[in-house]
Amino acid sequence: MSRPEYQAPPEFYYNDEEARKYTRNSRIMEVQYQLSERALEILALPEGIKAHILDLGCGSGLSAAAIEEAGHSWVGVDISPSMLDVAKERDLEKGDLILGDLGQGLPFRPGTFDGAISISALQWLCNADKKSHNPVARLKQLFTSLYSCLARGSKAVFQFYPEDDKQVELITTQAMRAGFTGGLLVDYPNSSKAKKVYLVLFTGGIDPVMPKPLVNEHELPSAVSNINRKMKNKPVRGKPAKKSREWILAKKERRRRQGKEVREDTKYTGRKRSGKF
Amino acid sequence: MKLLTHNMLTSRCLKGVTNGYPLKIVANEVKTENVDYNSEFIARVIPKVDWKVLSSTASDFGVSLPEEPPADIESNEDMLRKVHHALLEIEITQGDLICPETGRKFPIKQGIPNMLCNEDEVK
Ligand SMILES: C[S@@+](CC[C@H](N)C(=O)[O-])C[C@H]1O[C@@H](n2cnc3c(N)ncnc32)[C@H](O)[C@@H]1O
Repeated sequence: MSRPEYQAPPEFYYNDEEARKYTRNSRIMEVQYQLSERALEILALPEGIKAHILDLGCGSGLSAAAIEEAGHSWVGVDISPSMLDVAKERDLEKGDLILGDLGQGLPFRPGTFDGAISISALQWLCNADKKSHNPVARLKQLFTSLYSCLARGSKAVFQFYPEDDKQVELITTQAMRAGFTGGLLVDYPNSSKAKKVYLVLFTGGIDPVMPKPLVNEHELPSAVSNINRKMKNKPVRGKPAKKSREWILAKKERRRRQGKEVREDTKYTGRKRSGKF
Repeated sequence: MKLLTHNMLTSRCLKGVTNGYPLKIVANEVKTENVDYNSEFIARVIPKVDWKVLSSTASDFGVSLPEEPPADIESNEDMLRKVHHALLEIEITQGDLICPETGRKFPIKQGIPNMLCNEDEVK
C-alpha cells in the first residue's frame, strides 16, 4: 500500500476510525510507546529534573503517557481532531492538547520548553496537501519556531519515516538553517524491520554529542515489555465518564490508597464552575 | 487548557503579528481538576512563567497572587501550592482566546484550543 501521507491530508487520514486503532490495536500502541520512550532516552534530560516537553504531532497521547511516566509535563500539538479526542480520553493530567498545524509554526513564547519529541509525524510535513503548501516553507516555519520556543541548551528528537535520502536532506537542511546542529541517528540499521530513524537536533549552548544508536535487538529498552501493564493504568474509555464527579472521586480514592496526599471530598468536588467571576 | 499553557501561548503565527501575547481569555466553561502537587516542578516552572500575566489571569479565575513573585517563593509552600493550583488545576474547557493585536478568535472546545489558521492568515 502507498504511504499514508499520499492517501489524504493528515486531518482527514487520521479520522475517528484511524484514531481508534491507537486505543485498540495493542501492536500500534506498543510500537508508538516504545518509540516515545526511546526518544525521551535520546533527549537525555538532566537526571532528576522535571521538564516541560513539547510533543509534535502528538496524536492520541501515547507519547504524552510516556512523558508523564517519566515525571515530566507536556504540551501536545496535532492537526487531527479525531486523534486529539482520543488523547483527551486518556487519564493524563500533566499536559495540554492543542489543535494546530506544525507547518504554520508553533504558537509559543520563546524559551518555553526543555525539550521536544515527535513520533512518526515529521514525514507528513514533506507533502503539499494544498495548492498553497510548500514543504520547504512549512518545514522552515516549524524549525524556526521550534528553535525559538526551546530553552537554550535543549534538544529536539524526531522519530520519522523518511521516504528517501532527498527527503532527509530537505528536512535536515531546513533544521540547520533554523540554527540547529545535529543529525540522524539510526537504531538497528541492519534490520529492515526494526530500523528506526531519528533526527536529533541541538540548540545552541550545548556540545552536540550524538547518542549511540542501538544495534542489537536485545538492547530494546527494558521498560518496553511493561507497556501493556502501563497502558492498563491509562484507561481510554473506562467508566465512569472522565471528569465526572464519580470519576474524580474514584481517582482520589485510588490516590489515597497509594498513600498520596489528596484533598477532601466536598459537595464542590467535580462541579462545573460558571465562567463568570 | 490550563493557565500554564495559556501563559506560553501566542498568536505569533498570524501574519502581521509580532508578539501576539498575552491572549485574552473568554471563558464560557471552567473546571477544576486535582493534579498531584510537586514542589520541585512548580519551583522549576516559575522562572519560565510570565508572572504578571499569570497573576492577572489567575485573579480572573478567583485566585489572587501577588504582583511580583515573592523572593522566598521556593521555600514558601503556601504560595507554591497556590501557584500549582493556578497553573495546573484550573481548566478552561469552552471559550475563546483572542489575539491582542488583531482580535482574531481562537476557539477552545473540550479544553482544546484551536490554533489553526487559514492559509492566507499565516506568514
Ligand atoms: C503516525 S501518527 C503518530 C501519532 C503519535 N505521535 C503517536 O506516536 O502515537 C502521526 C500524527 O501526526 C499528525 N500530523 C501530521 N501532520 C501534521 C501537521 N502538519 N501538524 C500537526 N500534526 C500533524 C497526525 O495528525 C497524526 O496524529
